[in-house]
Amino acid sequence: MRFSVEVLVTLKPGLADPQGKAVEGALPALGWTNVAGVRVGKHVRLEVESGDEASARAQVEEMATRLLSNPVIEDSRVLEVREVQHT
Amino acid sequence: MSARIGVVTFPGSLDDRDALRAVELMGGEGVLLWHADADLHGVDGVILPGGFSYGDYLRCGAIARFAPVMEEIRSFAAAGGPVVGICNGFQILCESGLLPGALIRNRSLRFVCRVVRLRVETAQTPITADVEPGEILDIPIKHGEGQFVASEDDLDRLEAEGRVVFRYCGPDGEVSDEHNPNGALRAIAGIRNEPGNVVGLMPHPEHAVDPDVGPTGGQALFASLLTHVMAPAR
Repeated sequence: MRFSVEVLVTLKPGLADPQGKAVEGALPALGWTNVAGVRVGKHVRLEVESGDEASARAQVEEMATRLLSNPVIEDSRVLEVREVQHT
Repeated sequence: MSARIGVVTFPGSLDDRDALRAVELMGGEGVLLWHADADLHGVDGVILPGGFSYGDYLRCGAIARFAPVMEEIRSFAAAGGPVVGICNGFQILCESGLLPGALIRNRSLRFVCRVVRLRVETAQTPITADVEPGEILDIPIKHGEGQFVASEDDLDRLEAEGRVVFRYCGPDGEVSDEHNPNGALRAIAGIRNEPGNVVGLMPHPEHAVDPDVGPTGGQALFASLLTHVMAPAR
């Protein structure tokens, strides 16, 4: 079975996020002066071949810890696991 | 016999040739090592050079750490072999878990390319063994992601164990926000592992060995490395 999986990688709370700050600094120029707390993360989508959904999720969780994120500075979370129909 | 120092070339490495040249200028023998070749060819020390390995995709150093040569370097380091990571090499060592912490985007969000002053904090590494702590070296930096971060606990441990190797400083060795080019926590420019044989630093000593083209703050570090790797202790 093939599963489509989405992973969200976010900077740990409390860690400075220069990218988020830059985005936050640019928004007032567009008229949004009411925005605060912008944090920029990463969204990874991949397809994995696996026997069942639980094992697909477990494998992607391991990928997320070992490569997709750096646990020193980032948190990762599997957002969605969805079976893909073969065409 | 002169010290043989291996310099690893990853896809996207930029400073491998400069590091090799610096080793040779200082009297060592440079050996180019290939990322896909799981063999260190009997070198006495290893340099992971600067650049943008694998395009810095995902995170700086995140993909290089899985290169076949890295497994060998891990064993070499575990056996006490000297390993020096410069800039991208430092990022690779952090991603590999050989050094604590991580390097994130500069506080200014800008790529910074200029000569900075570094205060040497410890002589307990192969590249600072012959340098007096407190000595100030002029060495260039050139990076967009050089802001060293780690948890408060890790930072306290690094300080307590004397594992901060270099700090960004002013003309008199003073550490202040003004003299911190990237926002690194506690102005940290370089650190070492517990035994001291693995060192990572953001500045580029290999660009500071030839008086014809700039400052020479890197000479002392390369000289120290070459002497140290030949020491009977190893």
